[in-house]
Amino acid sequence: MSVSPEHLVIAPILLPLVAGALLLFFDDRERLLKATISILSAVALLGISIMLLRIAHADGAVDDGRVIVYLLGNWPPPFSIVLVLDRLSAMMLALTATLAIPSLIFSIGRWQKAGPHFHTLFLLLLVGLNGAFLTGDLFNLFVFFEVMLAASYGLMLHSSGSQRVKAGLHYIAINLAAALLFLIGVALIYGVAGTLNMAELATRFPDVPVERRIFLESGAAILGVAFLIKAGMWPLSFWLPTTYTAAPAPTAAIFAIMSKVGVYVILRLSLLFFEETPDGVSGFGSQLLFVGGMATIVFGTIGVLASQALGRLAGFSVLVSSGTLLATLGLLQVEITAGALFYLISSTLAISAFFLLIELVERGQDAVANVLAVTQEAFGDEEEEEEEEVGVTIPGTLAILGISFAACAIMLAGLPPLSGFIAKFAILTAMLNPEGFGQGGAIAASAWWLAAMLIISGLAALIAMSRAGIRAFWAPVELNVPRVLLVEIVPVAALLMLTLAMTVQAGPIMRFMHATAESLHAPRSYIDGVLDAPRPPMSRDAPLPPEVQR
Amino acid sequence: MELVLSLAIGVLVSSGVWLLLRPRTYQVIIGLALLGYAVNLFIFSMGRHLIINAPPVLEGGDPIDPMTFTDPLPQALVLTAIVIGFATTALFLVVLLAARGLSGTDHVDGREPER
Repeated sequence: MSVSPEHLVIAPILLPLVAGALLLFFDDRERLLKATISILSAVALLGISIMLLRIAHADGAVDDGRVIVYLLGNWPPPFSIVLVLDRLSAMMLALTATLAIPSLIFSIGRWQKAGPHFHTLFLLLLVGLNGAFLTGDLFNLFVFFEVMLAASYGLMLHSSGSQRVKAGLHYIAINLAAALLFLIGVALIYGVAGTLNMAELATRFPDVPVERRIFLESGAAILGVAFLIKAGMWPLSFWLPTTYTAAPAPTAAIFAIMSKVGVYVILRLSLLFFEETPDGVSGFGSQLLFVGGMATIVFGTIGVLASQALGRLAGFSVLVSSGTLLATLGLLQVEITAGALFYLISSTLAISAFFLLIELVERGQDAVANVLAVTQEAFGDEEEEEEEEVGVTIPGTLAILGISFAACAIMLAGLPPLSGFIAKFAILTAMLNPEGFGQGGAIAASAWWLAAMLIISGLAALIAMSRAGIRAFWAPVELNVPRVLLVEIVPVAALLMLTLAMTVQAGPIMRFMHATAESLHAPRSYIDGVLDAPRPPMSRDAPLPPEVQR
Repeated sequence: MELVLSLAIGVLVSSGVWLLLRPRTYQVIIGLALLGYAVNLFIFSMGRHLIINAPPVLEGGDPIDPMTFTDPLPQALVLTAIVIGFATTALFLVVLLAARGLSGTDHVDGREPER
């Protein structure tokens, strides 16, 4: 049986769902088996998403890329729910799988034992993430958001502890409130436009009469607030550093992409809905995105400088990264969007690696040791099993940790030779050469402001990381060398090597990002691709009532 | 009818928001539940073609007049939203109890404010 690309589209949702459900049949003590199944499915997921990426990109042969539509239940397009694969969603799928594998491998060492059903929750989180990237329906997006959030609550509270439960309480409360805003926005848009299919919405937006426009725009704005809470735009972001700091390390590593889901949805919907409107509404809210993004960078930078603990430093770095993305997307230029997409990948990889690394570095320090002691108290004495642990303790721990830490610092500050530099360079070049490289052209004041903020935030990250590094590696008189397993350092190293690979392969990747940004800014091919999607013939051709066929 | 519905939604939202901003976890969860009800009513009222006592589903066969049917989509949306809201509220309740057990107080910050 050959699998057509249309059917491959639903695999990123089905595979982790089935694997996650399968794991429930095994007792939690069969850890090796559970870990093997979940890592294997994550690897399969990576393979599938790379295949999808190739299909969607079509090797650059087609200018607009290819839009693959999966019709659930084989209903004709604007009815029912569709899954849509284009370059952007394929890219995000690949990024999710890339982050999932190191996090899962990292969890073998210690964290999967700290509470029940770690792997099932993790796989369900992947279901929600992949679904949110693939869906072409606004309400279905809500459903996948909730799947993702419900799993993230479990992962956030994994291994318990009062700190985690307190932060988790705030996290859940704010996300429940955000979900309600999401629903209000969706309902308003449905009330005015009469559909929830994203592509059909995009075609109907320009035709909405002026007197009803206000409802549409309020709906879009309320919807936007829900996503901006997820993305962590100031002043909706105070929950984020606390939550990410309190989360267990492998969870925090995958959470790095959760804030990018908000950015992804804003990017997709704002360019889909408001790009083509003729009467000056084009770029609805983009100014707010820019200003909010700038405020987020400022807030994040101050937070980075003020952070004493490494965890909070990483949490505020997430904010800087979100702010940079929002501000650059607010400028609405193809070149800048391409740079921002490169930045999205590179900063997510770096922050993910940093969260994993922090847990290893702090293992030798007291605060974290206490937390772990409490954990072990709560879940029984694990000392005996500590002996039969998988893997080998690595030699030269401090040197390796130090090098990884320096690499993270370079990434977050955006210095050469790692990909953080290329990402910022791409954004700055695009901003300072609005007419194309070397063509001159007036540079907007907003571009100067953003360029200054990008450089200042990088400098602040460098200062804060140097201080934290000196304090962690050089200052202690009696240094407790943390016991680090091979399975724990390899994921960190792998993520950092990926950023190095991104530097080496910067040319092809940038070309891909450019193509992606171009098709995002001209969403016609996406809209037509969805609305004119061919229906595969049904095996048992049941006659449909004429109304539905129409 | 419109007035009654909008008043109901307004009262639910305002009490929900007020409770959500209170310092006790129990008030927060009740506030979230009230907001959830308000949102469900709101989704329902956003239907394109609401008629009382009309079926929401088309019958197969002969050509039919869509004006004799009510809009089925908001009902499906509300049903989904109710299920998801119910599940997440239950989950929040568990976390609330865990926080109460671990910190010994029902304040949302896990400790009583200093007076």
